[in-house]
Amino acid sequence: MSTATTELDHDDHHHHAPSGIKRWLFTTNHKDIGTLYLWFAFIMFLTGGAMAMVIRAELFQPGLQIVDPNFFNQMTTVHGLIMVFGAVMPAFTGLANWLVPMMIGAPDMALPRMNNWSFWILPMAFTILLASLFMEGGGPAFGWTFYAPLSTTYSNDTTALFVFSVHIMGISSIMGAINVIVTIFNMRAPGMTWMKMPLFVWTWLITAFLLIAVMPVLAGAVTMVLTDKFFGTSFFNAAGGGDPVMFQHIFWFFGHPEVYIMILPAFGIISAIVPTFSRKKLFGYASMVYATTSIALLSFIVWAHHMFTTGMPVGAELFFMFATMLISVPTGVKVFNWVATMWRGSLSFEVPMLFALAFIVLFTIGGLSGLMLAITPVDFQYHDTYFVVAHFHYVLVTGAIFSIMAAVYYWLPKWTGKMFDVTLAKWHFWCSLISVNVLFFPMHFVGLAGMPRRIPDYALQFADFNKWISLGGFAFGLSQLIFLALLIKACRKHGEPVSDQVWEGAEGLEWEIPSPAPYHTFDTPPVIK
Amino acid sequence: MKKIWSSILVILTSLIAFTVSAESTSTADQYQLNLRKGATEISGQVYDLHMLMFFICVVIAVLVFGVMFWSMIFHRKSRGAQPANFHESVKVEIAWTIIPFIILVVMAFPAAKTLIAMEDPENSDVTVLVTGSQWKWHYKYMENDVEYYSVMATQQEQINNKFEKGHNYLLEVDRPLVIPTGKKVRFLVTSDDVIHSWWVPDFAVKKDANPGFINEAWANVIEPGVYRGQCAELCGKDHGFMPIVVIAKEPAEYEQWINAQEEVQRKAKEEEQRLLAMNMSMEELMSNGEQVYMRACAACHQPNGQGLPGVFPALVGSDMVLNDMAAHIDIVVNGKTGTAMQAFGKQLTMSELAAVITYERNAWGNDTGDMVQAKDINAVMTGQ
Repeated sequence: MSTATTELDHDDHHHHAPSGIKRWLFTTNHKDIGTLYLWFAFIMFLTGGAMAMVIRAELFQPGLQIVDPNFFNQMTTVHGLIMVFGAVMPAFTGLANWLVPMMIGAPDMALPRMNNWSFWILPMAFTILLASLFMEGGGPAFGWTFYAPLSTTYSNDTTALFVFSVHIMGISSIMGAINVIVTIFNMRAPGMTWMKMPLFVWTWLITAFLLIAVMPVLAGAVTMVLTDKFFGTSFFNAAGGGDPVMFQHIFWFFGHPEVYIMILPAFGIISAIVPTFSRKKLFGYASMVYATTSIALLSFIVWAHHMFTTGMPVGAELFFMFATMLISVPTGVKVFNWVATMWRGSLSFEVPMLFALAFIVLFTIGGLSGLMLAITPVDFQYHDTYFVVAHFHYVLVTGAIFSIMAAVYYWLPKWTGKMFDVTLAKWHFWCSLISVNVLFFPMHFVGLAGMPRRIPDYALQFADFNKWISLGGFAFGLSQLIFLALLIKACRKHGEPVSDQVWEGAEGLEWEIPSPAPYHTFDTPPVIK
Repeated sequence: MKKIWSSILVILTSLIAFTVSAESTSTADQYQLNLRKGATEISGQVYDLHMLMFFICVVIAVLVFGVMFWSMIFHRKSRGAQPANFHESVKVEIAWTIIPFIILVVMAFPAAKTLIAMEDPENSDVTVLVTGSQWKWHYKYMENDVEYYSVMATQQEQINNKFEKGHNYLLEVDRPLVIPTGKKVRFLVTSDDVIHSWWVPDFAVKKDANPGFINEAWANVIEPGVYRGQCAELCGKDHGFMPIVVIAKEPAEYEQWINAQEEVQRKAKEEEQRLLAMNMSMEELMSNGEQVYMRACAACHQPNGQGLPGVFPALVGSDMVLNDMAAHIDIVVNGKTGTAMQAFGKQLTMSELAAVITYERNAWGNDTGDMVQAKDINAVMTGQ
């Protein structure tokens, strides 16, 4: 392979790159836009995290101390919306922007102006959402799932702003997804055949199709909420011939594939990191591709497992139980493949690998509790308790977010050309790992003991565990400030220069270009063996 | 080497033993870690399924993590491990697709069996209509002339940390649901406003209360006792404050209770008619009204009548309260569709309604001097 990068550096001089704020506002460069996405996601992660701190402070002991129940509900709702649409999804899009062109040997994303637009509408969406918190009546207080009729007849007027902001987030995601698909289909370097693509590219391609399939469904759901509330329709109102349970069917037809949108790119990241630090090729590349595809397809026929208590006919309950159990097969294949990759490898434990290993263990715990939740008769007991809260935080925090952190540590030296502060990174890892388990593991216990989710106050028997959970939460929140310090240092280009390959054992096109990656890469396509 | 494994095994088994030993006391205690076996045959089956699933998951986790940690310890570069070359094997891939699939089929049978039993409410002995509304439950016995609201009994002062919290903090109600033991009791679950969910963990019953639709569930309670639960679906501001308490009595005792209730409710209705002819004094109306207001209205309109701006309207200085008595009575009695304002006509007696409307028109500086009597309410309700 060759990269012809010396000419690329030279090209920069002909480029009329604006500087300062204009550079970022008008940029069409995939690396700049990737950086914008990643910083935006991190700011949202801290914002949503601050709300989680409010929630955990209120739940530190029984009784109402800090906030009133109405504000508490706004906190849980906006925390969920921000973490899903503001932190996890933009972070993955940022990684896709940085990495997909570099991994397939393309000079940039296929639609660079749309790329700029799809990022810059995101801050608008979240400004609108956050602003509603300060208006009369407050922000949305009906849970991030906004079940009707709580979100229609019984919500306040700022619901219109919530609907508008979700629409903008959806448009942004769809544009990002179109860009990823067009780029991967059309801009692969000669010789980069489908089955040679890195798994991160594969998983993102499949994620992009999921996004295009379900974001319009979400847009439909919020639009129906809007017209039910303000224009007298009765989609979800039985008195007008509608059905509130239909809302849940529509929402979860979006919501379940959404879960995989937030985890498939993580699978791609782990499939890149584990082989590098095992110094051994990924075990079962082809089966990883097939497993990802099966998960994506199955994700469309399991939505109603979120709705077992809504009073579905028993036949439907059986179908959704079996279909849900089936998803654990391809997911299991992935975990087995990672373990087989490590088996008889030559392992070392640099920071990205630490996060990847934590991901495998903790994501699997979340997956196993997911299998328990699939069993309908027992789900009647788990549903809407802290057991569910524990489950989805294991797959989203120690799953999706740990994978994002692993990715940042893995590719950061390539982006900046300098090794990050390893001591700080290890502190970040160990503090996060311990506190996140103090935070989420006892939630299984209080959930099984009968504590419902989304309550601002609880019975006395849950007091001790909640104290631990809150302490874990505060510690996890503080640990992220270490990450912030590290990232600021890295962006100021502190640290030792790194080689082009950065990590011994790293393979792929992005490790063959110089570190830091030049502003423009692959103006002439590389040759793939 | 053996030592590591045996010590890991010891730790794991003691962890599991700890979890299992903490199981199934019928009342919740401080360090409860697990589901309870509950009070019905079905809840016992659910518990067994839960434990079966849990053990299968633990075994899978131990195997997978065991292999993984083995690699992490013995295949590390710092010990001089050389990487092997293998990176695919169709046989292995097929094996770890088929074997989990078989495990799933084994799990699916008992799960389906229990589920089908749970969803069969046929041939019940007693039927209770359970209706959720913001933020209380209403129970109506379909075979008897008995119905009543069940509201959380924990004082606001306990919630606001002014009084010490009682043993059943947030899990106590003014009037529990009473059902007979050893009988199949069918619950018809619905809602008057948003979606609620009626959950009693000891019965393994959790059913959503959907406005405009009726769901079915059932329980056959073995032992007499007091069983507590909570609303399990976010239903607005006071979602955390709508508990469920069910008392299961021996059938004979239950019969006695339900007959007595029928008698009490019949007498109360007669008394209400009799009171129509009587006028209450302003002091009486105001003091009764304040009590009713705190119980039925203060959750939304707030104890000081100021409401929550943008969510629940204020009563202080409200045009309707100050100037339009007919509209005021109408909205309290019939509610307002399309808003959270409930119809209190069926929740409160006529004298209670009269008192609370009088209170609202004269408290917090509203000072209209208006008095509303039970007969005025009766006139609105009967359409005169």
